[in-house]
Amino acid sequence: MRRLSLVALAGVLAACSSSSPVTTPGGSASAGPIRTGPDLYATTAPSPDPRVGLAPGLFDAEEAIWNLRKLSSNAPPEAFLGVTNSDLAFKGDYAFQGNYNGIIVWDLSNPASPEVVMDYVCPASQSDVSVYGDLMFVSGEGLGGRLDCGTEGVREQVSSDRLRGIRIFNIADIRDPEYIANVQTCRGSHTHSLLVDPDDTENVYVYVSGSAGVRPAEELPGCVSASPDEDPNSALFRIEVIRVPLAHPEQAAIVSSPRIFDDLVAPERHGQAPGDIRATEEARARGAFVIEFDGNTFVLPDRQAQNMLHQAMQARGAGEDEEVTAADSAAVQAQLDAFVASRREQTSDGPRPGPTQCHDITLYPEMGLAGGACEGYGLLLDISNPVEPRRLQAVADSNFSYWHSATFNNDATKVLFSDEWGGGGQAKCRADDPMEWGADAIFTIENREMNFQGYYKMPAPQTVNENCVAHNGSLIPIPGRDIMVQSWYQGGVSVFDWTDPTQPIEIAFHDRGPSADGEMGPGGTWSVYWYNGLLVSSEIARGLDVFELTPSGFLSENEIAASKTVRLDYLNAQGQPHFVWPASFALVRAYVDQLERSNGLSTARVTAVRTALSGAESASGSARRAALTALATSLASDAASSGDAAKVRMLVDAVRALAG
Amino acid sequence: MRLRLAFGLATLVLITAGCSSTAPTPAPTASTARVSTPDTTGQAEREAAFWARRNADRQRFTQADVDFMTGMIGHHAQALIMAAMAPTHGASPELQTLAARIDNAQKAEIATMQNWLRIRGQPVPEVHIEGTHLMIHGPGGHMNHGDHMMPGMLTQAQLDELDAARGPEFDRLFLTYMIGHHSGAVTMVEDLFATDGGAQEDDAFKLASDIQVDQRTEIARMHRMLDARSAD
Repeated sequence: MRRLSLVALAGVLAACSSSSPVTTPGGSASAGPIRTGPDLYATTAPSPDPRVGLAPGLFDAEEAIWNLRKLSSNAPPEAFLGVTNSDLAFKGDYAFQGNYNGIIVWDLSNPASPEVVMDYVCPASQSDVSVYGDLMFVSGEGLGGRLDCGTEGVREQVSSDRLRGIRIFNIADIRDPEYIANVQTCRGSHTHSLLVDPDDTENVYVYVSGSAGVRPAEELPGCVSASPDEDPNSALFRIEVIRVPLAHPEQAAIVSSPRIFDDLVAPERHGQAPGDIRATEEARARGAFVIEFDGNTFVLPDRQAQNMLHQAMQARGAGEDEEVTAADSAAVQAQLDAFVASRREQTSDGPRPGPTQCHDITLYPEMGLAGGACEGYGLLLDISNPVEPRRLQAVADSNFSYWHSATFNNDATKVLFSDEWGGGGQAKCRADDPMEWGADAIFTIENREMNFQGYYKMPAPQTVNENCVAHNGSLIPIPGRDIMVQSWYQGGVSVFDWTDPTQPIEIAFHDRGPSADGEMGPGGTWSVYWYNGLLVSSEIARGLDVFELTPSGFLSENEIAASKTVRLDYLNAQGQPHFVWPASFALVRAYVDQLERSNGLSTARVTAVRTALSGAESASGSARRAALTALATSLASDAASSGDAAKVRMLVDAVRALAG
Repeated sequence: MRLRLAFGLATLVLITAGCSSTAPTPAPTASTARVSTPDTTGQAEREAAFWARRNADRQRFTQADVDFMTGMIGHHAQALIMAAMAPTHGASPELQTLAARIDNAQKAEIATMQNWLRIRGQPVPEVHIEGTHLMIHGPGGHMNHGDHMMPGMLTQAQLDELDAARGPEFDRLFLTYMIGHHSGAVTMVEDLFATDGGAQEDDAFKLASDIQVDQRTEIARMHRMLDARSAD
C-alpha cells in the first residue's frame, strides 16, 4: 500500500462525520435558513427557486433540497479524493462507484452511514462499471490505463502496457476482487452496457461504446482508422459486442461489430413540438403564409411576406395606393410552393455521413429493445438477437448537440434521450441558455416508431461556474406514472414526472452551490439512480450522496411505499430492468391517490374505497378476500364513467391480485 | 494486476469508533430547505488533500498538451468570427441556430482552455476580434498567420469572402468553410493523441475528446445541411 494510513484514517473519519443529518429541515444540524415551511400537499414548485444563489464550497457548499431527504454524504476514500468519481452499479447491499483511479464499493445496508468495504486502485477513465453475478466489468478509455493497474500512466503513443477496453473481475469475495480478463478494443470503452438476455442463460453480452480515437494497429493489431469505404475493417461506424461465457468469463471476446449506422439518413429534426404546432395554427389563423416541408411547417416572417406581396403587386402593375388582393396572396403562395418543390428535388440524393459511434446504449432486454444515443442521432434498436442488434429507426434533432443516453419508461411506450451538450464540462444551464439545448427529448414509441413529444431541462438557472447539462438517470418505480431521477452535474439532482410527455414537470430536487468560488471547480453529480428505495448519486468531487423521496402534493406516501415494494438483486442502469409490483395495499392505495389527483373517481368514491380498504386490511383470511373481491367488482363498474378509465382498471387488477 | 485494499484498519476504526451517525428521524413532510452543511472537524484537511491530489494530477501535462491548448484557442477564436456573421448576413434560421450553438460552445471551450493553461502556470493567449480580424496576444499568435496556420483555418481572404456573401450563398460558404475548420480541429486532436505523452492528463484528454466528438458530430450535421443546399 502506498498511502499513509494516518491520512486514510483522517479521510474516513472526515467522511463519516459529513454524514450528519443536514437534511432534516429545522433539525439542529441545519445551520442555514429554511426558505419555506413543510407543506404536505404543496403542488407548486418553491418560488423563488432556492437553488439560485447558493454559496460555493467544495465540502461545505450551501445546499437546497425539495421533496427529498438526504440520508448521507460521504467523501471518497483517500486514494480517490481529488480524482473524478463516475458511474454507479449495484448488487445486493452494495454500490459500485467508478472513479478515474479505480473502483469503490460501498455497503449501503445502513444508507445513513454507508461504509467503504473495498477500494481498488486501477486507474482508467471513465471506469464505467457493471455487475452481474460474481462478475464486475469496468471500462477503460483514457490513454493512461495500464494492464497492470499501475498508476504511472503510459507515456508512449504505442505501448504493450496500455489497456483500452473492458476489464473483467471476479467479485465472489467482494473484499478481494480477482482481475481475471481484459478485452481490448480499437477505440477503448467510454461506456459499456451489459445485456442479460432472458433467452440465454449461459452468456452475458457487453455492448462497448468508444468515442475516442482509434488506436494504432501497431498497438492493437487490426485497428483501422480509415473510413469503411477505404477499408471494410474500419473501427469507425460500428459498435463492439463482447460475449462473456458465464462458466468461463476469462474467455470473453468480441463476437461481432455491428454496423448499426449503415445508410443512416434521417431528417435533421424531429417532428414539431406541440408549442410549434400551436404557433403555426395561430399564424394560419391570422393569415400568415405557412410553408410545409419535410414534415415541418415554417411561418413566413411578416416582413418577408410584405416584400413578396409588394413584388406580386408590382408584377401586375398595381398602383402604390392599391389594396392587396386575393390574387396577390395566391401568387405568393404559388411562389412558395414552387420553392418547396425545388427544395424537395434537391434533398432526395444519396446517403450522408452518419455517426461513427454511440456514446451510450440503454438495453431493455425484456422488451427486446435498446435506445442508442449515437452522436447526432437517437436510435431505436431491436436486440432480440443480442449479437446482431438491428436498427429500427433513427431520429435527429436540430436542438440536440450530442445524443448521450436513453431511458425507457417501464412498458417501453416512451423513451427519453439526453443531450450532453458541451460534454459535461461546460456551463449550459445559465439563465440565457435555451431550455431545448442540453436537455432531454421525450418520444413516444408506437409500433416500434418514435415520435417526438417534448423537452425537459432542469429549470433552475445555474452560474457560469457550474458545469451543467443533462446526464445519467434512471426510472423510479412509481406505479402508474413515469417518474425518473437524473443528474445535471453541478445543476444537481432533479426528479421529474414525464407521464405526460409533452409537459414534463419537476417534482423534487437537490442542489449544491458551486464547488469553487469565482471559477469552475470540479464537481457535480455524474449519475443518480433509484435502487431499492434509495436515490444514490455519484458526486464527481464530493463522493457519494444517498437520498430518499418524501411525500408531497406531487407524490403521495402510498406511491412512495408502493415503489419500495420493488426489489432488485442488482442494477446496471444501462441494462434497464422491467419493474413488477407485487400485490400490496400500498400499490392499491397508490392508484387510489392517483385517481383522486386526476379526478378519475369522485371524492365520495375515493373516501368509500379507502374505507373499504382499511376494513379489508384489518380483516384476514377469507373475510379479507371477500371484502377485496367485492371492492374490485364495484370498482369495475366505475371504469365506464371515469375520466381515467385505464387507471381504474389498473386499480381493479391490483385489488384482485391482492385478493389472491 | 495489483490489488490494493483500503479496507482494514481504517474501516475497522470507522466501525468501532461508533461514529456512524444515526439515521435522521424521518420527517413526514414535503419541504424546501436551504441549509448549510455544518463545518466539521477534518474538513480543512480533506479539502487540502483533495486539492493536493488534483494539483499533482494536473502537473502530469506535457508540452504537447500546452501546444494543443494554445493552438486550439486561436483555432476556436476564428470560428467565433464566422459565427458572428450569421445574424447579419441573411443566414437561414437553421444556420443561425447552428452558428449560435458554435458561438456558445467555442466561447466556453476557449475559456476552459485558457483556464487549463492558467492553472498550470503556462502563458495564456488572449483573443481579440475586430470585425473579421483575429488577433491573438501572447503565445500562439504566430500560428494564425500565413505559413504557420493551423489545419482548417481560413485565410483572411476567405474570411473576407465569407463576410461579403449574403443569404443562401453565405449559408453555402459558411458550411463549406466551417466543415474544413472543424475537420482541422479533429486533425489537431488526432495529432495530439499520436504524440508520446499527449493527452495523458485527465483534463486534457477530456477536453480533446469532447472537442473531437462534438465537432465530428457537427461536421456530419453540416454535411447534411450542405447537401440540402448543394443545388442552390
